[in-house]
Amino acid sequence: MTGRAILLMIGKRLVALVVLVAILSFLVFSLVHIAPGTAVDAYLGGKPATPELVQLLTERYHLDEPFFTQYWLWLKDALVFDFGESTLTTLPVTDEIGIRLGPSAFLAVYAYVLTVLLGVVPGIIAALRQRKLLDRGLVAGAVVALSTPPFVMGILLLYLFAVLVPIFPAAGRGEGFFDQLWHLTLPALALALCVAAFLLRHTRASMINVLDQDYIMFARARGLSWGHVLFRYAFRNALIPVVTVSGALLAFFFAGAVFVEATFSLGGIGELLVQSAQSSDMPMIQALAILIAVLIVLANLLADLAYVAIDPRIRFEGRSA
Amino acid sequence: MSPHTEPTLTAGRPVLEVEGMRIERTDIGAPIVTSLDLQLAAGESIGIVGESGSGKSMSAKALIGLLPEGVVASGTARFDGQNLLGLSERQWRSIRGRQIGMIMQDPFTMLNPVMRCGRILEESLLPERRLSRAERRAEAIRRLAEVGITDESVVERYPFQLSGGMRQRVAIAAALARDPKVLIADEPSTALDVVTQREVLALIKRIQAARGMALILITHDLRVAFATCDRIQVLYAGSLVETGRADDVRERPLHPYTQGLLLSEPPADRRVRQLVAIPGSVPSAADVQDRCSFSSRCRWAEDACRDGVPALAEVGEDRHSRCIRLPEIGAEMAALLSKSEERAVVPAEGRSDGALIDIVNIEKVFESGGRTVTAVDDVSISVREGESVGIVGESGSGKTTIARMLVGLESPSGGEIVIDGIPVRSWSALTPRDRRKLRQTVQTVFQDPYSSLNPMRTIGWALKEAITTHDRGGGNVEGRVAELLESVGLSASYAQRRPSSLSGGERQRVAIARALAVEPRVLICDEPVSALDMSVQAQILNLLQEVRTERGISCLFITHDLSIVRQASEYLYVMHHGKVVESGPTESVLDNPSVEYTAQLLNSVPRPDGQWLVTGDADEMAATRG
Ligand SMILES: Nc1ncnc2c1ncn2[C@@H]1O[C@H](COP(=O)(O)OP(=O)(O)O)[C@@H](O)[C@H]1O
Ligand code: SF4
Ligand SMILES: [Mg+2]
Repeated sequence: MTGRAILLMIGKRLVALVVLVAILSFLVFSLVHIAPGTAVDAYLGGKPATPELVQLLTERYHLDEPFFTQYWLWLKDALVFDFGESTLTTLPVTDEIGIRLGPSAFLAVYAYVLTVLLGVVPGIIAALRQRKLLDRGLVAGAVVALSTPPFVMGILLLYLFAVLVPIFPAAGRGEGFFDQLWHLTLPALALALCVAAFLLRHTRASMINVLDQDYIMFARARGLSWGHVLFRYAFRNALIPVVTVSGALLAFFFAGAVFVEATFSLGGIGELLVQSAQSSDMPMIQALAILIAVLIVLANLLADLAYVAIDPRIRFEGRSA
Repeated sequence: MSPHTEPTLTAGRPVLEVEGMRIERTDIGAPIVTSLDLQLAAGESIGIVGESGSGKSMSAKALIGLLPEGVVASGTARFDGQNLLGLSERQWRSIRGRQIGMIMQDPFTMLNPVMRCGRILEESLLPERRLSRAERRAEAIRRLAEVGITDESVVERYPFQLSGGMRQRVAIAAALARDPKVLIADEPSTALDVVTQREVLALIKRIQAARGMALILITHDLRVAFATCDRIQVLYAGSLVETGRADDVRERPLHPYTQGLLLSEPPADRRVRQLVAIPGSVPSAADVQDRCSFSSRCRWAEDACRDGVPALAEVGEDRHSRCIRLPEIGAEMAALLSKSEERAVVPAEGRSDGALIDIVNIEKVFESGGRTVTAVDDVSISVREGESVGIVGESGSGKTTIARMLVGLESPSGGEIVIDGIPVRSWSALTPRDRRKLRQTVQTVFQDPYSSLNPMRTIGWALKEAITTHDRGGGNVEGRVAELLESVGLSASYAQRRPSSLSGGERQRVAIARALAVEPRVLICDEPVSALDMSVQAQILNLLQEVRTERGISCLFITHDLSIVRQASEYLYVMHHGKVVESGPTESVLDNPSVEYTAQLLNSVPRPDGQWLVTGDADEMAATRG
């Protein structure tokens, strides 16, 4: 594919992203008005409705303007990351998210790396030792991990490696890269294991399928070494379907870490999400919903770009002979 | 610098000697190949001929050390002083590619889809030849030229950007990159169109001669083997039944199976009265370990034939046959052979008036990914009362699209279709009554009967369903089912069976019975025999012929095979790139083609003489076809 075609694809995706965010922002904005009670009640978030406060909120969020004007003004603020103040803490929503973004991103990326390592590598090994003892062991382990929810896994890991054999901290997020790595190992593992088990089975199936293909046999029949056939042929082809699924995982880790964050008292985005939902913290819910949607779309775009890089058939789609 | 053009000085010396090779599954000990012997001299070509499942591919894999897990080979295969069947993986590394090369059947799956053709060739070159990047590229281009690809840009292309024939050429070049002494070609042309098939086989022969390489050609097509090979070995259910020089076997087969196979193949040059079909279907090697493997289908079988496995006896110079009754039945076999040469009465040339199907200037345009493809371009075809009309063309020429439009699976972009007086351009616009009437007029038989039969239901259920949707009056449905089964040569007990327990030929019989259930006036047959074994094809062709003459049904017979269309049709349309390029009475079109394309197609049909592959222009043509 020419560079231009790739840019075109990225461009299309970004346009789609803008459209998606526009629609979502409208829905999210409407929440305030759909929620029980008046819009002022929603922004009050349970605080006593003193006339001054009502006056302040009405001005702050332009509640006396017509609906669409309100939306427009809200959107203009949102575009410069001003989603208003949390009704819970009265701090700007963007600041609240900003504090938690770092640790959450660290955790997500860490868990993602662990997932790929713990999913793909054993998956390939299992496929190569098909029906042997090691394969059966790995597959059985995957079934166990797959049926253990992350928060149960979290508690288990916490008990094993922070209480029984205290080699990792039980709580907190740490400062600086290595300290964070140390602090976040158990949470990342808890988050990764279940998904890694899924990826292991996916990789194994894909690899077994590829090893059975004619082109593998033909490569061996030409006298190519087994190592060459593995690296140049098997891995590359087997990883194509794996790459497509793994893209979505990153976004999942970002938003789906709720229970693990709670277990290890990390105070990340997931925790914020739960808090804001519990206390009907409208501005916070609005900002988080949009953030997560954007992340999902971007993660999928990355996955698609990886797919294009790895599989030439996609690049030439519609142009082949 | 060019090791592969060196002529061999050692022609005649055996390079590979296989003795009593047995291949079996380790889990249940069932044999796949019970006994295979083979002597291959340098520069010689041997054809291993057999129907699917006879163990051809397994034998090839055994000889290159790539049997699948759970399958082992025993016996000896002497090559260069060592027994191949006992080599370790390490030792195989110096044999594969360098001494023995292999190409496989399907050019669409044989090449790494994510690698450019140039890289595939470069990595296949001998690793100890330390070439620079530019030298390797130059060598890859030279290797492509050897297989008739002069377009240098092919090195930059991915396999999926090339046609089947081009891919097979690239595969051949890759298989020969380390200049092996022996090439095993496992059905190298089966997946290709007739024209391309001939080009690829001609190419293999030409390279073989130029390099003095020995060739083992594996094929299910006797004609291909005769045209390509010096010697023939016929494999049936895992054991050799006959071996001999190609000419000898062709002129006078000395085993009933070989003869049956020869007779089942419809001749391309004349119409015969009836094909001589072999009844039944191929057994598995495990089921015939204690008897003549052909005894369940042989017309000369006796008790003695089931009393132990006959030996592969020498029956002439360089000639072996595994039939114990050969001395007694030889004369009868010869008589049968000459009887089969009888020509059928050529059907009268005139066409009747009543058109049952009238296709007028029909057109079908597909849109895919912003491109438009005209699959069917201004085609007019008519099928008259009681007539069998053939449509012949290579894959992609638009044949199946026409069939799909006729039965409403696709609607035409332009033109008109009239079936029995009802205009059916758009099926959705038809009244339910018309639609029912059409279903009773037209029925179809497709290539793959399995996909159209519900695996969960019995054959009886499928037939009953067909009968009752046609005729709600009830009546004796069970009786009708039995009648239908008998009319396609199956016993009534088949009603209780499920599709999975039937062989391919039996399933196709059921599909025909189901089509007949509504007593149609036209049968559309789209490649009805191309998924079947050669020995079973003739049975089904005969059955269709019988059904047609008995019931006076018209037929639209779609196939890529000119020999089949000759036996199965009276009027013929030749299609190429979505257009009808020629039409007329079948006999006269095939005897005196008036357009170049038909002549080229005819020329590409495998002929058992050595002249078939002698061609000067085939390679240039292929290179330009892309
Ligand atoms: N991986 C396998 N394990 C066990 N049996 C197999 C395997 N592959 C094929 N077979 C059996 O080997 C027999 C011969 O197959 P094959 O050599 O592919 O026949 P052919 O090439 O003549 O069509 C078949 O009956 C098939 O069921
Ligand atoms: S041995 Fe008997 S059954 Fe077998 S081919 Fe000869 S005559 Fe037929
Ligand atoms: Mg085969």
